[in-house]
Amino acid sequence: MANYQEFLDGIDRAAYHEGELTWEEDGFTVTRTYQYSPPGCHDSCGVLFYAKDGKLDHVEGDPLSPFTNGKLCMRCLDLPEIVNHPDRVLYPMKRAGERGENKWERITWDEAYDMIETKVKSIREEYGSESIVCVHGTGRNVNWLVPLFGQAALQTPNISTLFFTGFACYMPRVCGAMAPLGDFPIADAAVGHEDRYVDPSFKAPEVIVVWGNEPLASNADGYIGHWLVQCVQMGSRIISIDPRLTWWGARAAYHLQLRPGTDAALACAWLNVIISEGLYDHEFVDCWTSGLDELWEGIKDMTPEWAAPITGLSAEDITASARLYASGNNSAIQWGLAFDQQMSAMALNLAVCDLMAICGNIDRPGGNILVRNSFEINAGYASGEDFTPQSAKDRKLTIARGTGITGGEFIAHACTDGILHCIEAGELPDGEPYPIKMIWFQSSNSLACAGMDAPRDYEALKTVDFIVNADPILTPLSVAVADLLLPVAMSCERNSARTWWTPVRTIYRAVEPAGEAKTDEQIVVDLMPRLNPEAAEAFGWTKDTDIADWYLAGGDGKKHGASSNVKGNISEKAKGGVGMSFQELSEKGGYAYDDWNHTYEKYAKGMLRDDGNPGFSTPSGRIELAPYTYRVWGLTPTPFHTEPPEGPVTTPELMEEYPLILSCGGRSFEFFHSEHRQMPTMREFHPLPLVMVNPVDAEKYRVEDGQWAWIENGHGRFKQVVKVTPRVAPGVIHAEHGWWFPEQEAAEPSLFGTFDSNPNNCTRAFETGEGGIGTNIKSMICRIYPYSAGDELPGEKVTRKGGWGDYTVGAMCGSKVD
Amino acid sequence: MNGILINYEYCTGCHSCEVACKKRLGLPEGEFGIRLTETGPWEYAGKSGEDRWEWSWVPVLTKACDLCADRTDAGKMPMCVQHCQAWCMYHGEVGELARKMDGETRWALLTPRLA
Repeated sequence: MANYQEFLDGIDRAAYHEGELTWEEDGFTVTRTYQYSPPGCHDSCGVLFYAKDGKLDHVEGDPLSPFTNGKLCMRCLDLPEIVNHPDRVLYPMKRAGERGENKWERITWDEAYDMIETKVKSIREEYGSESIVCVHGTGRNVNWLVPLFGQAALQTPNISTLFFTGFACYMPRVCGAMAPLGDFPIADAAVGHEDRYVDPSFKAPEVIVVWGNEPLASNADGYIGHWLVQCVQMGSRIISIDPRLTWWGARAAYHLQLRPGTDAALACAWLNVIISEGLYDHEFVDCWTSGLDELWEGIKDMTPEWAAPITGLSAEDITASARLYASGNNSAIQWGLAFDQQMSAMALNLAVCDLMAICGNIDRPGGNILVRNSFEINAGYASGEDFTPQSAKDRKLTIARGTGITGGEFIAHACTDGILHCIEAGELPDGEPYPIKMIWFQSSNSLACAGMDAPRDYEALKTVDFIVNADPILTPLSVAVADLLLPVAMSCERNSARTWWTPVRTIYRAVEPAGEAKTDEQIVVDLMPRLNPEAAEAFGWTKDTDIADWYLAGGDGKKHGASSNVKGNISEKAKGGVGMSFQELSEKGGYAYDDWNHTYEKYAKGMLRDDGNPGFSTPSGRIELAPYTYRVWGLTPTPFHTEPPEGPVTTPELMEEYPLILSCGGRSFEFFHSEHRQMPTMREFHPLPLVMVNPVDAEKYRVEDGQWAWIENGHGRFKQVVKVTPRVAPGVIHAEHGWWFPEQEAAEPSLFGTFDSNPNNCTRAFETGEGGIGTNIKSMICRIYPYSAGDELPGEKVTRKGGWGDYTVGAMCGSKVD
Repeated sequence: MNGILINYEYCTGCHSCEVACKKRLGLPEGEFGIRLTETGPWEYAGKSGEDRWEWSWVPVLTKACDLCADRTDAGKMPMCVQHCQAWCMYHGEVGELARKMDGETRWALLTPRLA
């Protein structure tokens, strides 16, 4: 078994320059810091950047960082290939030809800023600032900064991860957990402790349930999947719940290979077994929860025998795996993206929170610990909203205003389907005019990646008057629709900081930005005074490190925040902030752990509630198994299963034409979403997009390993290379997302081939689960057939022939309305 | 003599060792100092639970591997060991390494040509 103490004792700390921020070594200047984006993932791993002559030469993991202990994924080991890549945008550029022609004219930053200022001011005056939409990509190192910029500088309430119907990533889990638990749970792999796996209070989980994600490749949500491999070496057993066989499934006590989109049925059956057999933690349930009777009433008929035909699993396996999970004194559920990308999203999230709760696994060692941003450094989606005019806030494109779906507005972002509708129709569903005149993209490649119904998004974007894209790389989105490109610095060129759980970390500049690129921070610093002098004066930032200092002092971007005023002077009742400046923290290794995240059973210690009493941060103070908050939000307060809109149960008549279930979006080690495709070493390992097909289906549908095939549903088609493998069951295929081909032609109709292999030709906007949350990305239906040379490519179809023409512009529906 | 010990029960096939090594040695496309081999996945008939599937990775040390002699002389770990995300690689004297091979999980001890 891997012995962490032996590992720590074996490190020659002097050889790795302990205590130094920068040093000279063998002709290189070395910087000890953390990597975030761009490019990157949701994590910040400890790195040593080796630079020569002002250029990044190579990268190592930092063994002295407790967060990742020197381990590093292949993408960051290969960073110089993208930091020094010839495809980087080096200067501000304005469009010279038509959109899609890839013709650009280099301009100065002042010219770019003038253009933005003029447009923003005229749109605000003529249409109101809510006619501007501000967009960022997932988990980038701008996730609070872009909302702050959008709300305080552009002064729009409409911040979005654009075209991502149903908020189908993370937000459903975050909100789904807040209602019953009051805080967010993560699988305990000792992340709260600086001494990690040897901390005396830590125990490895007895059972780890890896459910609806592949954490080794995805490293999602501030979490490193490989931490759990260390736990497995410490004795954790595995239950894998996944339509795909993964590393976890191949080593699991149970691999439950369920039909995609039926996770909620399984979760309800687990609850049924655990409650009916009395396997839950009676003392914990009595002392700390409420609503068990109501929960039981809701799921009492959802037996393993009921769930078996829905999920495709045996009732015996459902029962036995539920017993195994419940048998542990400390067991953890590592949940993931699939929870959010099915129609049952909110019900599934509730079911699994209830499982953690009734088994007494909440906030106990080796269970699901409750985490917060370390040192209460909480800049987030609300940052800057006090500087948005009330008249604009009153017209925010909420789910209700944007789509007419009523209920609670519990997600901070504007509703993407509402934005799409307003772009297409120029009005709200009730007919009130609502034109979208400008979109600001920063760190988003929506058309190539998250944008569901991508051909429809493309058509819609073409009608928007003014589109800015701030990105380090020329992307398909830039070429297709941008009018102005702003070159953005890479992570190793930035000064920044992050929390997203723990520890707090700094991102310290190792090399100067390439060309005239500016950091995301500097763009905000430069533009804020032009667009909103009042906000600029309040924040008082003149350089990027001012933002980092403000953030580390607990800045949350609110005018009257509890932790600080906007200038970062900590008020008397402050609780946020690490108590060190950006420079000081960087010089102390670049990280700090707080006590809060280090502590277990915080509910018993009065650490969760604002009033300091024991209990949870819920309305009742207890874990609410059938949460009151769900009722307020217009959601069913006990879990249930919803079938996908198309499938063997819902539309059996379609299964002859589309006999396969299509899941998509699984991660690979080489790429994060649509990033990293231009790095030669990553493409050496993973040259082309792969669709997994079971050998039985490969023979049945006459597709061959290594050959291109079309995947098609009633909405569109895309092509990927067939990988014949037993990792998927017969009847289910799995395709990759985020593919574009930087080596292909940029101009239309190619757009770097971005439509050709995009599963979002098949997904649909306006198709959401209860409350407008969750959508059907991972459980569509399709057919597969060989690609032939000369077949019409989706790029041609979408950019030259108006797409597949199966929707009506302005209709709030996933498919054509006659 | 020194070598690399792999507890390949836990190798996840993440490729970090391959890229870490390749970048240090400056090897061109198609060449590696350490290269993963993949076995499986296949299902064993009649087996269940942890014994049901075979799906394993084991790396090969190529002729380009020098065990990062310059790094280890300076007190550092070889690139592959330092970056192994799965905590399944060890560097050291082969006799000492061999003592970790306990029969409870699957191990491979690799020693490159160091001439």
